[in-house]
Amino acid sequence: MGTVSNNKENNNMNSGREGIRGWLNPTRYGWERVSYWLQRLTGLFLLVYFVGHVYETSSLTNGVDAWNSMLELTQTIGGHIFLILVIGTSTFHTVNGIRLIFTESGKGLGKPGRPDYPYNPSSLNYTQKSGIWIALLLACIAMLYGGMVLFGEGG
Amino acid sequence: MSNEENKKVQLKVYRTNYNKDDSSHYDKFEVPVKRWTTVLDALLHVKSYSDSSVGIRYSCRMASCGSCGMKINGKPSLACYTKISELKDDVIVCEPLPNFPRIRDLVSDFSQFFSHHKNMKPFIQNDKVSVDIDDKSDLVEFEQTHEDVDKYLQFSYCIRCGLCYSACPTVATDPKFPGPQALSQAYRYEADGRDNSKKTRFNIIDERHGIWRCHFAGSCSVVCPKGVDPALGIQLLKGHMLGLSKNNKKISTLRTKNNE
Amino acid sequence: MASLRLRESQITKIHYLTGILSLFAVAIHILFRLIMPFGQSLSYENVVANYHNIFYVILLESILVLISIHGFNGLRIILIELKQSPKWESTITILVLISMIGVIAYGTRTIVIASGL
Ligand code: HEM
Ligand code: SF4
Ligand code: FES
Repeated sequence: MGTVSNNKENNNMNSGREGIRGWLNPTRYGWERVSYWLQRLTGLFLLVYFVGHVYETSSLTNGVDAWNSMLELTQTIGGHIFLILVIGTSTFHTVNGIRLIFTESGKGLGKPGRPDYPYNPSSLNYTQKSGIWIALLLACIAMLYGGMVLFGEGG
Repeated sequence: MSNEENKKVQLKVYRTNYNKDDSSHYDKFEVPVKRWTTVLDALLHVKSYSDSSVGIRYSCRMASCGSCGMKINGKPSLACYTKISELKDDVIVCEPLPNFPRIRDLVSDFSQFFSHHKNMKPFIQNDKVSVDIDDKSDLVEFEQTHEDVDKYLQFSYCIRCGLCYSACPTVATDPKFPGPQALSQAYRYEADGRDNSKKTRFNIIDERHGIWRCHFAGSCSVVCPKGVDPALGIQLLKGHMLGLSKNNKKISTLRTKNNE
Repeated sequence: MASLRLRESQITKIHYLTGILSLFAVAIHILFRLIMPFGQSLSYENVVANYHNIFYVILLESILVLISIHGFNGLRIILIELKQSPKWESTITILVLISMIGVIAYGTRTIVIASGL
């Protein structure tokens, strides 16, 4: 008989868990897995940006010169590319986040029914999936627009 | 025709024995295949004619018992339900299911997976009905319409094959997470009109490593061989728990022999 | 402390709510950058002037609080799924709470000082 409810994984037995590679690899199992992966990475990236942004703007308290030298730091090619990434990731994360709030509350996934071969799962329907594509598309558009504003003005 | 008759594929089988500290490796076998040959047929051919020591687990050969799950060409699948001709590849790689402890070759240990299932109290609970009945005339039955049944039937088709568990990215790092199989079973009873123990099950899954560790990556529903769509059940359950959707479940009426 | 402990479903509600609310707040925040040429909107004088507008100050403070809660809870979720042990989990919870409060405090300091400039 199996051990019940303790998490014993015999030492000389390989636990078989995929580990962090499991979630770092988005190339299997379709678009929802890509959404999961991107939502995490964009969330983490935005958190880093957010903390940096709070730090960056605190230079305001040190007067004009401190503020301007901080602004100069961001007004480089690298700084602009970073900002464009922020624009893209925040657009994706927001739009897909709204999709997830709906889907993860069971909205737009269809109703349970009698499954028939070939068993196309109703939760993976194209209506909710298209939310991922729309999020990606809007992120691209926002990045293009941001790029035009940032690089168009010549910094 | 004769060309098809003589077709052969190479079967690469993951081999290891943890009790003997064998290092893992792959053994290669040539297997003749027909259009209808399944991966399980091919493995049994290997056992009969090449190497009888290959460890596999199977029983029904018809996608009913849930014991032949393994990773076939990278995807968790039932060996008896996967035809080699559908894989469109001359090399078939068989590996044990990811996220399960490995015992030997393709056989993995399901005890933790089953204990997650068991934690969901996967049986009808109804405090209006006494479990101990002495007098036969006190026996009751529940009335359900076809529509009532359709709300949970799909989830009751689960054969506990563990494919969903091995595809889930949360399970990959979190052994305390019940996983798609157990959580969709929690929904199965939540949606069943005969059961009225909603609170108990909510308390079990509303904790740190519970249902909220699902992020709708959908992989469970991609691999499920029975059309259970565990991701659907889990998200519907979340909606109920957040109070964003109602479970319009009518608790089934009881019919006793007496009042008939 | 025990009475302060939130159920995981309540935390999820907070996570969704802070996500949606910060969407609106951030949208207004960005509009303030777009109603005039981007470079000009970031000039020291203009930014300080923004901080004298009480509504904008309230907006900034709410963004600070909303995103700190949402973002650091997101980090907590990821870390807790990664590794499990009572020690790791309580360390993560405490660290995340401290960072959350720290960022809010640091940002509030900027807002308070800047609005007095
Ligand atoms: C502005 C609107 C936003 C919305 C609507 C939104 C929505 C969401 C949702 C629904 C999730 C949960 C996804 C899941 O269950 O897997 C999430 C996760 C997350 N969000 Fe946001 N979010 C927003 C902004 C932000 C911002 C600005 C940050 C950065 C500070 C952020 C950081 C995170 C992190 C780190 C996660 C965790 C990822 C995970 O759980 O896998 N979000 N967001
Ligand atoms: S839900 Fe599907 S994949 Fe998961 S154990 Fe049940 S039958 Fe297998
Ligand atoms: S042998 Fe029973 S499911 Fe494959």
